[in-house]
Amino acid sequence: MLPELSRDEILRYSRHLLIPEVGLEGQRKLKNSSVLIIGTGGLGSPVALYLAAAGVGRLGLVDYDVVDSSNLQRQVIHGTSTIGKLKVESAKAKLLDLNPDIQVDVFNESLTSENALRIARDFDLILDGTDNFPTRYLTNDVAVFLGKPNVYASIYRFDGQVSVFYAKEGPCYRCLFPEPPPPGLVPSCAEGGVLGVLPGTIGTLQATEALKILLGIGEPLIGKLLLYNALDMSFDFVKLKKNPNCRVCGPNADIKELIDYEEFCGVPSHDHDEGSAGAGLDITAPELAERMKTNHLKLLDVREPHELEISALQNAVNIPLGELAGRLSELDSADEMVVFCKGGSRSARALELLASAGFKKAKNLKGGINAWAREVDKDLPVY
Amino acid sequence: MTILRIPTPLRPYTNGKNEVNVSGANISEALNDLTNQFPNIKPHLFNEGGELRPFVNIFIGENNIKDLQGVDTPVKDGERLMLIPSIAGGMHVA
Ligand SMILES: [Zn+2]
Repeated sequence: MLPELSRDEILRYSRHLLIPEVGLEGQRKLKNSSVLIIGTGGLGSPVALYLAAAGVGRLGLVDYDVVDSSNLQRQVIHGTSTIGKLKVESAKAKLLDLNPDIQVDVFNESLTSENALRIARDFDLILDGTDNFPTRYLTNDVAVFLGKPNVYASIYRFDGQVSVFYAKEGPCYRCLFPEPPPPGLVPSCAEGGVLGVLPGTIGTLQATEALKILLGIGEPLIGKLLLYNALDMSFDFVKLKKNPNCRVCGPNADIKELIDYEEFCGVPSHDHDEGSAGAGLDITAPELAERMKTNHLKLLDVREPHELEISALQNAVNIPLGELAGRLSELDSADEMVVFCKGGSRSARALELLASAGFKKAKNLKGGINAWAREVDKDLPVY
Repeated sequence: MTILRIPTPLRPYTNGKNEVNVSGANISEALNDLTNQFPNIKPHLFNEGGELRPFVNIFIGENNIKDLQGVDTPVKDGERLMLIPSIAGGMHVA
């Protein structure tokens, strides 16, 4: 039995009721349906706003983070007034203001192998708006195991990908990407940046797919991958097939329960701003400032050249991480060296590369140039 | 001659080009031509043993070469090739 619409709801949704493909019955279906949104960031913002506005009866929001001013360039569900608040609470308040007739369940936690099945079980559809490979593989496997559609999207700078992974009817994420890339080969948005409107474009496409599935109308992107590029303004579609060797949805699947996704991806699930190279390999910004007074230290900046326009350290040599392997001859392994980037994760990877090439005297500036800007040179901006 | 589309994450290794003209009778030869033109892209597509990395997908027209003959899939003149990488982004982590 689908729930009835109130007099107020009929007015609120009148533009839907006028579309024959939605109509009164479709709107009641939406009221009766539920969507779990993983991540309340760039993609989760437009998705949650549009699904709430459309009258999806129950939305679940999973996010452990708090709102930061650097989020607001694209995470339009949050606002200046909610900086410092939990993202799920900031989002919930906005959604209930937009539509008080819906229910918003918040999960202020990271999605993990321990909680994911419990959280996802009671939702009709899962929407992947995450930013990291471990959570993406986890989300996929949860959707496969629970037999739910997974509306997938992923973004980077100007590129977006959208698909619906629904193992009952087509391929899953692992059919396309059986393994994640090794850590470091693919930069995250925190390192690589993203055009602020891109998650808006891609997130609204995700919301569109979610609504089509809930309503049972149109052709969902099952077995198809949409590739969008904002600079070229290109939309390309490719066909995706179920991979007969898929380890979670294939006929000989050997993964039957959730695994340790951080281990699987070889990375911590979230690349924290305070990147660290591990015990003994880090130097803090104040320590570095102290050392520089007496010692001659070589500074190696592994950021991209355009980042130097935002902030830079004097006398630092700039070799972007991607070029480092080919430019080691420019460095001297006898030098005492401190490597830095924006937040410390790229430099930690640079340190691994240097160590394997015999550079034993390199250290990682913990927290990157941003830590330097916060703790040593307050005239430098944090970005 | 075939056009190979390069996704944003790999454009730093193709001098920013979004499309590269490659020649070759099959995918393997076309990729060889690509890495000859742009050697820096090679480690992003191939592992140390020279095998295509499993997270790199190459499509010819609408189809994944994994569903055809892999790197032996023949390439006809004028067909469109696309590289499709894993990208992680979405939600922002500070
Ligand atoms: Zn699969």
